[in-house]
Amino acid sequence: MMRFLRSAYVIARRDFSATVLSKTFIFFLLAPLFPLLFGGTFGSMSARLASQTQRPVIAVVSSQSDFNRLSRARDQLADALGDLAVPKFVHFAPAADTDAQAHQLLANTDVPVRAVLTGGLSAPHLTGPVAGDSPTAGQLRLLIANARASAAAPPSLPVTNVQASSGSLTNDRAVTAQIAQTLLFVLTILLSGMLLSQLIEEKSNKIIEVIAAAVPIDAMFVGKLFAMLAASVTGLIVWVSAGALLVQMIKHGGVATLPPPAIGWPGFLALIIIYFAMNYLLLGAAFLTIGAQASTAREVQTMSMPVTFGQMLLLLLASTAIGAPNSPAALAAAAFPLSSPLTMLARAAERPEWWPHVVAILWQALWVALILRIGSQLFRKTVLKSGPRTRWWRFGRA
Amino acid sequence: MLQHASQLAASGDLAVEAVDLVKEFGNTRAVDGVSLAVPTGSIYGLLGPNGAGKTTTLRILIGIIDPSSGTRRVLGRARPLEAAAEVGYLPEERGLYPAMHARDAIAFMGALRGLPIHEGRRRADRLLAEHNLEEWARKPIRSLSKGMAQTVQLLGTIVHRPKLIVLDEPFAGLDALNQGRLEELIRRETRSGATVLFSTHVIAHAERLCERVAIIAKGKVAFDGGVDEARSKLRPIVRLRTRAKDGTWRSAIPAGARREGDEWVFELPEGGPEPLLKALIDGGAGIETLAIERPGLHDAFVAIAGNKAAAEMAQEKVQ
Repeated sequence: MMRFLRSAYVIARRDFSATVLSKTFIFFLLAPLFPLLFGGTFGSMSARLASQTQRPVIAVVSSQSDFNRLSRARDQLADALGDLAVPKFVHFAPAADTDAQAHQLLANTDVPVRAVLTGGLSAPHLTGPVAGDSPTAGQLRLLIANARASAAAPPSLPVTNVQASSGSLTNDRAVTAQIAQTLLFVLTILLSGMLLSQLIEEKSNKIIEVIAAAVPIDAMFVGKLFAMLAASVTGLIVWVSAGALLVQMIKHGGVATLPPPAIGWPGFLALIIIYFAMNYLLLGAAFLTIGAQASTAREVQTMSMPVTFGQMLLLLLASTAIGAPNSPAALAAAAFPLSSPLTMLARAAERPEWWPHVVAILWQALWVALILRIGSQLFRKTVLKSGPRTRWWRFGRA
Repeated sequence: MLQHASQLAASGDLAVEAVDLVKEFGNTRAVDGVSLAVPTGSIYGLLGPNGAGKTTTLRILIGIIDPSSGTRRVLGRARPLEAAAEVGYLPEERGLYPAMHARDAIAFMGALRGLPIHEGRRRADRLLAEHNLEEWARKPIRSLSKGMAQTVQLLGTIVHRPKLIVLDEPFAGLDALNQGRLEELIRRETRSGATVLFSTHVIAHAERLCERVAIIAKGKVAFDGGVDEARSKLRPIVRLRTRAKDGTWRSAIPAGARREGDEWVFELPEGGPEPLLKALIDGGAGIETLAIERPGLHDAFVAIAGNKAAAEMAQEKVQ
C-alpha cells in the first residue's frame, strides 16, 4: 500500500508541478473572468439595443380625460410589475371615421403601433394583430377596469422590513442550490477536456512505457487524477476567495448579507470543496478511462461532445433536487453515483441534516475506487495489451 | 539449457528466469514458448530481427504486460513490479517530458523507482557531469539533441543503481562514439554487480558485450547459451584463394562451399586442416592464401536462426 501511495504521489507531484507552474495555469485561473466579461459586454450591448429600439405601443383613440385615467392606471401597474412589462400608450384624438383612423394608425411606420384602442373607457374596442385571450388584451381589460373604477390613489400599505421569512428563505436557498450546482457543473465541464487529454502526453511521448514498467497502472491513474484535483482545488480556492472579495466590495453589507444555506455557510463551503472533489473524481475517473483509449488530440476532441452531453444530462437529473430534495427523482439522482455530488450539494443548500452527506460521500468514494479500478484494468487491456484474453462478461472478475 | 537454468535458479544465481512464456495479441502469437535464464551479474543479449518478439518478451519480463501463459521471475519475484525499485528499464521508443529539465527528468525516473527526489537530483548532477552534460542539467529536454536526450534517459534508467538493467535496442539511433560510450557504461554497471539484459538486432554489439545470448526468431528461442557455445555449434571457416582455376584439388572442396569474390568459403572438414592441405597441394591448387577462422556470432546466428532472419537483421542494420 505504501508503495502504491508513494508511486501515486510521484506521478501526482510531477503532474501538479507541470500544471500549476506552467504559464498556462494563469489562463486557467482567469477562465471564470471570460464568461463574466462576455456576459457583461453582451449584457450592456443588449440593454443598449433594447433601450434604443422603439417598443411597440398601443394607440389610444379617446378623449384626453379618458387617456389620462388610463395612463394613471397604467403607471400604477407599471410600479408593481415594472415599466417593460406593461404596454405603452400613445394618445390620438378621435377622427370622424375611427375605423379608418385605426387602420391608418396600424399602417403607420413612424410609430410602431401594435394595436389601436378606440371607444374610450365607455365602449372600448381593440383592433390589431392581438388575440382576445392574449396577455396584452388581458392587461388592457385590467387597466380599463381600474381606470373606470376610480382615479383615487392606491391605498397606503405600511411595510416593516425584516431580514428573512420562511418563504423568502426557501426561495433564496433554492437559488443558492441552483447557483452551487451550476458552479460545480461549469467547473467540471472546464476540467473534463483537460482530463480527457491527460494521458495523451505520456502516450505520445512514449513515457507511458517507463511509468508502466515502474509503478502500478492504478497508481498512475490515481496520481494523475489527484494532481488535477489539487490543481483544480487551487483554482477553486482562488475563485471563491476572489468572488467573496468582489461581493464584499460591491454589495452593501458584504458577504454577511448573502442568504445562508440550510447547512450554514462554513459547512456549505466545506461541502462545495468535498462535492467538487467527489464530482471531479467520479467524472474524472470515467473521463480518464475514456481519454486513455485515445491516441491523438483529434480523437480526444471527437470524444468531447458525447462527454459534454452526458454531463448536461447529469445536471438535468441533479436539478430535480432543487426545491424538492426528498422527492423520488431527487433521491434517485442522489443515489446515482455520477449525479450524486451535484444533487447533494443542492440538498445542502436546502436541508440542514448532515447524515445524508456522510452517507453520500462514502457512497461516492466507493464508486470512485470502483471506476478507477475498472479504468486501470481497461487501460492495461486495451492500451498496454496486457493479460490473457478475457470474455467481456468475465471482465469484472479480471 | 533448462536444466542449467534450473540449477542456477536453485542456487539463486538467476536475475531473470522465464519458463514457456506465451503472449497472444488477438490471433497473433508474438511470443511462443520463450524460456530464458539470465545469470546474475552477466551481460545477456537478446538477438533477433524486428518482429521476432524481443520487445514483447522484455515487456513481459519487467511487468508492463502479463503473459497469456507461462511464468517469469525477476530478481526472485514472481511479480516483476514488486522488484521495480531494483530494476532499470530503457524502452525501445524513448520518451521524456519535453518541458522537464534534464536533471529533473533523471530524478523523476529515479523517484518512480523509489529513489528520494533530492537524492535523485544529486545523483543526476553527478551523472550528467560524468557524461559532460552538466551545462544541460537545468535545460528543458526539448532543447537537447536526440543523442543527449537518449543519454539523459539512459542515466535515468540507472540513477537508482538497479540490480537489473533492461535495455531495449539501446544502440538504436546512437552514433559510433555514443555506441562506444554505452558499451563502456554497460561493462561498468556489470563490474559494479548489476545484471544487464538487452535486446539488439546488431550482432556486433552482442558479440563484444555478451557472455550469454538468446537468439529469438518468430517468437521462439532458437538458442540460449554462451556466445562461445553458439560459436562452437559451427566448425571453423576456411577461406581459400588458389592460382589454379580447376583441377583434381577441387574434390577437396566440400559440396556446401560458396564463392566470395576470388575466395572459396567453407567449413573446415571433419578431418581437420592437414588432409585438406595435402589434397590441395597434391591436386595442384596453387594455394595463394588459406585462412582458418573461428566462426563469429553472425555465422552462428545464420546457422541457428537461418539465412532469412540474418538477412532481415542485416537489412535493419543498413536502415
